[in-house]
Amino acid sequence: MKLRIWTLLKTYTILVYIFMFAPIGVVLVLAFNSSQFGGFPIEGFSFRWFVKLSENEAIIRALRTSLVLGACTAVIATTLGILAALALVRYTFRGKDLITTVLIAPVLVPETVLAVGLLIFMRWLHVPRSFGLLLLGHSIIALPFVVLVVQARLTGIRRDYEEAARSLGANPLQTFFAVTFPLMLPAVFAGALFAFTISFDNITATIFWRPSGMETVPTQIFGMLRNSVSPEINALGFVMICITVGVPLMAGALARYYMRNTK
Amino acid sequence: MPSSEQSIDKRPWLLLSPSLMAITLLVVIPMAFILVYSFYENIDLAVDKVAFQFGNWSEVMTDGYYRIAIWKTLRLSVIVTVLAAVLGYIPAYFIAMTKFRDKWLLLLLLILPFWISFIIRTLSWIHIFGNQGALNGLFQLLGLTDAPLSLMYNEFTVIVGFIHVFLPYMILNIYVSLEGIDENLEPAARTLGATPWQAFREVTLPLSMPGLAAGCLLVFVLTGGSYVTPLILGGPSDFLFGNLIYDAIVTELNWPMGATLSFTLLLLLGLVVVLYSRLMGLNQLSKAFK
Repeated sequence: MKLRIWTLLKTYTILVYIFMFAPIGVVLVLAFNSSQFGGFPIEGFSFRWFVKLSENEAIIRALRTSLVLGACTAVIATTLGILAALALVRYTFRGKDLITTVLIAPVLVPETVLAVGLLIFMRWLHVPRSFGLLLLGHSIIALPFVVLVVQARLTGIRRDYEEAARSLGANPLQTFFAVTFPLMLPAVFAGALFAFTISFDNITATIFWRPSGMETVPTQIFGMLRNSVSPEINALGFVMICITVGVPLMAGALARYYMRNTK
Repeated sequence: MPSSEQSIDKRPWLLLSPSLMAITLLVVIPMAFILVYSFYENIDLAVDKVAFQFGNWSEVMTDGYYRIAIWKTLRLSVIVTVLAAVLGYIPAYFIAMTKFRDKWLLLLLLILPFWISFIIRTLSWIHIFGNQGALNGLFQLLGLTDAPLSLMYNEFTVIVGFIHVFLPYMILNIYVSLEGIDENLEPAARTLGATPWQAFREVTLPLSMPGLAAGCLLVFVLTGGSYVTPLILGGPSDFLFGNLIYDAIVTELNWPMGATLSFTLLLLLGLVVVLYSRLMGLNQLSKAFK
């Protein structure tokens, strides 16, 4: 009896996982379809859409914009997020709960509203839409997530090491760079990766903030979708998934390998 | 350093100040400007006049079109939230309770969708339901139909698209709260004579409520604030309140109306958040990250 229920739960879970991944798998497979249409049936195996993709200047430009934007967002959001997380993890102070809420609150503001608000504020300041606006906007969207991720990882770092360094005569700055920062590195990477992904993936706010003529990968895809799914979009989807899934997985595997070898 | 504990320690505030400043400048002040702009007057495309008048607000309050949009948004958000909870609870329970050695794999797979582009995940459903999609391909292969059936661009595909994207949030939140439950509680209830179903319903389910509620809040608010999914997967009548904002700002360049609609959406979804935080507190929301 108990086993039967358990099998049922297991089957259900597997079905939900299939629901989550089957459509993505279809995109990955269709990227190699030689047919001139983006859908089924599959006519043959071919790299032609990847070649076509690499020759599409608009997409390459969008990809470059997205990569630069994501990297800059990661730097800004991670810097701010780590400082804030340090304050939350390392100190007790009055109003801490309120501050935590304030730091997380932007997550609960609908992104559409966040986008319109910032846009209107910039309009009032007579600042035109620019890459800078996208950068600031993406950073503020990523910040709460970075704070949460980094805070969770920082809690695990014991303070004994720092106190040992201090008692051995290191000044606070030396302690930070020689002890605290290396210990924090996994948290820094996790935060930066998260911020990059959030920026690289954003479309809701980006549509409002981008200057005319500037496209990120998601807005470029959105623009191309108006007619149908072209096979190039499938190929681009494949490339994007490789970037946003492959890179973190490889980083994680490398980190594990590196840690095992240094021990 | 015991001496610093006596006076107010400035260091945490120093560390917090860049983030707090950024949030003030880029979130708080802009929200105030939305309110201010909602009283401005729209003259022409992208031209508006500084004013203090209630024209935009009275239009939003009285025009039936906006009421329909609010109704549609609430309805769709509730449907997506309920379906996501029903679909998500069992996998979360399974992952939390399984003794399966490769549990980490199930968890990794749960986080994986967060790394995959939202727009790719959304458009992938065109490959399932579209005219050249997998289902139509299958139907034609089996000889069930000659011409492709039109299964796309309706409310159903919008709902599927939303659930697909937001389900991981739901599962993760429920999982976190199930994982925190003492695993001896259910067996204890069983030895006291409860049936498995009773043990689940009276012990595990109530204890997992905070996670379920946090997941529901996130899915509800995220759905209610969207506009891109209906544009990709929906037909002309499948619009949400967010789509009106998009139309007002991006298409009609009517900034005061866009501001009024944005503030309305903020109030509506803000009300849900406030209601939730009164009942549950906001702490649960951050637990999914640990």
